[in-house]
Order: sequence, then C-alpha cells, then structure tokens
Amino acid sequence: MIYEPSLMAVLIFGGIVAITLGLSFWLGAKAKSAKGYFAAGGGIHWFVNGVAFAGDYLSAASFLGICGMIAFYGYDGFLYSIGYLAGWIVALFVIAEPLKRMGRFTFADALDSKFQSRGIKLAAAISTLVVSIFYLIPQMVGAGALITPLLGFPHYVGVLMVGTIVILIVVTAGMVSTTYVQFLKGSLLVIFSTILTFLILQRGLSTAPENDGQPTHQFQIIGPAASNDLEHWRSELDLTEQDSLIPRNQGAWEGKGILQLTRADKISYWKLTENSDKQFFLSETQYKQQNENGSIIINGLPQGTGEGKTDFYPVGRISKLPGDEKETGPLGLTEFLSTLRESEIILWGSETIKEKEGAIVTVYFPKPTSGKKVLSPGNHPKFAGIRSDEIWGKLNFLSLMLALFCGTASLPHILIRYYTVKDQASARKSTIVGIGTIGYFYILTLFMGLGAMTSGALDVTNSNMAAPLLAKSIGNWLFAIISAIAFTTVLGTVSGLIIASSGAVVHDLMSSFMKIEMNDFAKVRIAKIASVVVGVIAIILGILFEKFNVNYLVGWAFSVAASANLPALVMLLFWPKTTKQGITVAIFTGMITSLGWILLSADSYKGIYGLDPETAIVPFSQPGLVTIPLGFLTLIIVSLMTQPKSQGIES
Amino acid sequence: MAGFDHGPNEPEEQENLETISRNTRLGLKLFIVYLALYGGFVFLNTFSPATMEVVVFSGLNLAIAYGFTLIIAAFVLAMIYGWLCRNDVSSSTSETSSASENGETAQ
Repeated sequence: MIYEPSLMAVLIFGGIVAITLGLSFWLGAKAKSAKGYFAAGGGIHWFVNGVAFAGDYLSAASFLGICGMIAFYGYDGFLYSIGYLAGWIVALFVIAEPLKRMGRFTFADALDSKFQSRGIKLAAAISTLVVSIFYLIPQMVGAGALITPLLGFPHYVGVLMVGTIVILIVVTAGMVSTTYVQFLKGSLLVIFSTILTFLILQRGLSTAPENDGQPTHQFQIIGPAASNDLEHWRSELDLTEQDSLIPRNQGAWEGKGILQLTRADKISYWKLTENSDKQFFLSETQYKQQNENGSIIINGLPQGTGEGKTDFYPVGRISKLPGDEKETGPLGLTEFLSTLRESEIILWGSETIKEKEGAIVTVYFPKPTSGKKVLSPGNHPKFAGIRSDEIWGKLNFLSLMLALFCGTASLPHILIRYYTVKDQASARKSTIVGIGTIGYFYILTLFMGLGAMTSGALDVTNSNMAAPLLAKSIGNWLFAIISAIAFTTVLGTVSGLIIASSGAVVHDLMSSFMKIEMNDFAKVRIAKIASVVVGVIAIILGILFEKFNVNYLVGWAFSVAASANLPALVMLLFWPKTTKQGITVAIFTGMITSLGWILLSADSYKGIYGLDPETAIVPFSQPGLVTIPLGFLTLIIVSLMTQPKSQGIES
Repeated sequence: MAGFDHGPNEPEEQENLETISRNTRLGLKLFIVYLALYGGFVFLNTFSPATMEVVVFSGLNLAIAYGFTLIIAAFVLAMIYGWLCRNDVSSSTSETSSASENGETAQ
C-alpha cells in the first residue's frame, strides 16, 4: 500500500525519538564515568530494572509480529506470547541465579571462567554473532514496517534508515541502551498499549468499522448459491454482453478457484469458495500484478494516488455479529472475546500465480471465518499441521513451542540485565517485576491483535504493520506515539545487538582466540569496523526478509540460540562431568544443525530461494525438537569421552 | 574501550551453601510445576486442538483461558519463589539472634 505521511504524526514521532535518543546519550555519557555501564555499577533499583527487563525483551518482534500474526490468523499469534513468557521461567528458576553466582556477565564469560579454553571462546563468540545477527533480521524488518505507513517510504528505505542511524550512533558515540532508557521505553510501551486496548474496548465491534473517521470499502460476496453456475454469477454481477467472466484454470491458475471478470477493459478477479454445506460463494478480491517491465497494477489500474490510479483497500472487519447487530458499543474484557467468538470475521488469504508472460499476480481474497475458529489454534498456515493427521505438522508445532520455552535463557543479551542490581534478592525481585510487566503486555497483545483484525485498517500485503495501523485507525496522534515507541525500541535493540556482536569479534575472536595484541585504540577501531560490517549485513537481510512475519523470524533466532547455547549452559551449571571439549563441540553442533535445518526447510525454500517448498529436504521447518536434544546428547557423549584421567577433588 | 567492554565484574556476593542449595531445589521444583502446566498446554494444542474450543467460563474457550492461566501462573510462581527465597538459611544461631535483636530480618 502507498501511505500519505501526516505532518502532525511525523512531528510527534520525531519529537519522541529525539527525546529518547537524547536521554540515552546523556545517560550513556554519565554512565561512562561511573563504575562501568555494562552492569550499570550494580546500583539500579530492582523495580526500575524489572521494567527495563521488559523494555529489553519487548522488541519490535513482540509488538509488531505478535499483533500482526493475531490480526491475520487469530489465536496462533498468541501462542508466541505464551511461549515467550514461559521462557522466563527457565531463566528465573534454572539459569539466572547459578550464573550470577559465578560472577559472570554473559554466557561466554561464564563458560570461559571455568575452563579458559580457546575452543570455547571461539564457539561462544561465533554463536553470539550468529544469534545476534539472526535476532537483528526481525528488528530490521520491523523498522521497515514502521517507517512505511508513517513516512510513506518503501520498506527498504526504512531498513536503510534504521541501519544507517544505528551504525552512526554506534560508531560515533558507542551508545548503549542504558537501564533508564529501557525503563522509560518499557513503561511507555505498556502504558500506551493499555490506552490502545481501552480504546479498542470502548469502540466495541462493528460490521462497518471506520478507519480514522472514514468508512471502509465493503467487499462484495455473492451467494450462497446451490451450484457453481456461470450464468447465475453473471446475473448477480449485472454483467452485459460486452463483459466477460471466465474461470481461470489453465497453467499456473489451475485449482486456485479464480474467475476473471473483464468489465469496460478493467480486469478484476473473483474467488470461488464452497462451504461445508455445499453452498458456493463468489467473492471480490484485490490483486497486484507485477509486470516484467516493473510496472505494478492494482485491481486493474496502475498503483498510485490521483486520477486513474488506485491502491489496495485496507481490510479486516466483522461480517456478522451475534443477533445480526450492526455494532456492539463498548465491551468489557471477556465480553469482547466472547462476542468475537460468536461472530463471523473476514480474514484474508492469498494466491500467487506466475504467468507465462513473466507477470506475477498475487490475488488476495476474503475468507469469512467463524469466531470460534479464530479464537482456537491452527489457522496460520504454518500451524495448520496440528489440525491434520500428519505427524510432521504436529512435530513442527512442538518444535516451535520447545524453542520458545528454551530460547529466552539462551539469548546473549537478556541475562545480562540480571547483573545490574546489587544482590540476588534484588535480581529475583527484578525478574518478578519483569515477568509481571511482560505477562501483562502479552495479555494486551491478544486484544490489540484482535482489535486490528476487526479495525478495517489492515494492509493486506503486510502483517507486520497491523499494530501501527490499528492505532492509526483510532487517531493519528496515537499512531505517531506508538510508532515512535516501537521505533526507539528497534533502535535500542539493534544498537545493543550490534555492540554485542562487535564485542564478540574484538574480545573473544581476535583478542582471546587469535591472541592478537591490540592497544585500546586498535580495539575501538576494529570494533567500529565490525559494527559497520554487522550493520550492513543486518540491512541486507532486513530487506531480503521483508515479507516474513517478524515473529516467525524471532522463532528461528530462538531455535538457534536454544540449540547452540542452552545445552552448554545447563550442563555447565548442573553436570560436574562437563568438559571443555564437550561444550565446544555441543555449541558448534547445535548451531550448525539448527542453522542448516532452517536453511533446508520448506519455509526457506519458499520465502528465500523461491523454490517449491514440497521439495525441501527436512520434514518440518522448526529445528528445536531435533537440534536441542542433539546438543545435549553431543555434550554428554563428548564429555564422557574426554574425561580427565585423574579426577580432581570435587567440592 | 567504552561501549564495547563487558565492564568490571561485580564483587561476588557471599551466600551460604545451604541457601544456595535450598534456592536451587526450590527453583527446580517450581520449574517442574510450570513445565507440567506448559507441557499440558502444548500437548493439548498439538494432539487435541478441538478440546481447546470448549467454552470453560464467561464465553471464553479453553485455548484462551489456559493461555491466560499460563501467563498468570508464571507471575504467581515467580512471586512464590521470591517469597520463599527472601531469607537466608541461617547457618549459626548467633547470626539469627543478632539480626533479630536489631529488629531486622536476615538478608
């Protein structure tokens, strides 16, 4: 879709971003003179730290990805919320305290403190780099999704902008998202999400939602008809002799159930569907035709604004409310969910067809779906497997839920915050506040996602923009504020990840592993070069992965983190027979197998290489179920094979 | 090397071994409770998605009610953990008595 920037929105957005960045620089500069800002001197109050946990953790993915997935597919997106939060239990109950007792800041430091092995340093550094880069992709994609509706730029400009700003910040000043900035962002995100949820409930549900005061386009659905009869459709559509309606079922169009209507030389496509009662429906669709010469046709006209041009209509509404009401008025929390459950909602599906002449046509069609289905699992194409009898789909789902559970404690940048308070008791209290804040926010995601689903404001081509567009449907001011908060969150997360990666390159790879002697100037120079390289990689990947839901990408980052890091971390803390060889081999095994699995999966075949997903080598897309146990097994076997000959005194 | 350093290490906190082992055991027990809850949820979703459509209360289906329960349970278990770990296991009686004389709880 093409977006018209609003001056007021841009001004509010710019103001909030500038204040947050300014504050961050100011606090960052103050912290430099203090005891070391990485651990903030150990003097942060536990409550502030707890909310900062939320600020760190609730990245672009949590906000944009989950809301988008819920808005497009219902309950399935909420499964991510549940999984992300459950991961904190592993972090709190199993990993965090023993790790803090070792007096180490990161996974790499902890591993290193016990063994001082170059192999471990290499493995930990590479795994930190890989996980950070994987986690960067969804942040960059999220940045593009925020910039497009706000400033009207295409996706790649948004990614380039964020990438460039962050590289500049990191290279010139070495910004670190300080605890207070994360506290501020965490608080703002939760407060404004609460306001948004309140406004959604106040607005209630309606079959003709207004989009920022404007009525939305009502798509025509013809039917039910007892049979698929062309003459019947022609008369329902009021066609004349000159108009043509032909089923497209040759070549790449075969089996898609699409009819082509040509009226006054303008082509539109209609989707034929059949419900369980053998009734037929013909629905108006939206389509995008990308011709070989690069020109884009939307719904029969060139894409653009102004005379003779058109653009996609925003979508997402309820088609039937209980008791055939038109609107409900304000609703309570459970009332909102139970009313939605009794309603029928128009979700959207898509079919992509490659024409022989080289044009690519993507047809987006409405799918009236019962509220019962929307609020239960298995609507997302990637989760549909749980509703089939085939075992691979079920294993894919189990695999994802396992990776989400294990991933949080394995992310290099999360546990660090555990060290910013003075003692164990404060650390525990912070985590409790963190879990409370994050859990509360995740409950809100369900309402924001479902609110977006029924807002009449969605961009049918991009699920990541659902939350900002929902805010826009309520008012431009809210849209600007929410976008600004999300954008500064992206900036903070991206700069943190780039700094972590360049730190891994300089400290662990060059200084510790390669034993290169460097003075501080050389270290800073190399760290800056590394930051630029990582930043550029992130920009490129962010552009390549535009169409992926950011949440799904985070799922992959969690899988790689959990497979590579969790076995080493857990066994180091709880199994005295763990050896350095065991850890090194396990990290490499977990990382390489999970990465390899992802690259050979059906999702990568389809989304990255443009190959037929049916030909993918691995049977399901999420690696965790196989690669996490494999990491543990490798560690145990290699450790048992490399036990020291004479056992030391065990304390 | 500002901006790229891990910073200085915190001085290690002194905790007695009994406290450590009590906290670890408690953590693992609560972890198992949550694992059972989460595992039940994931398995129901995977192998019996139709069960998740059953309405349990106030028009909410099991999928949503169980999901909310998991989020709230994480918070509640974390609170229980924080509460039960709030005091050290005292290794000698003299420490306890001096602490109580000062009207403080042992931290």
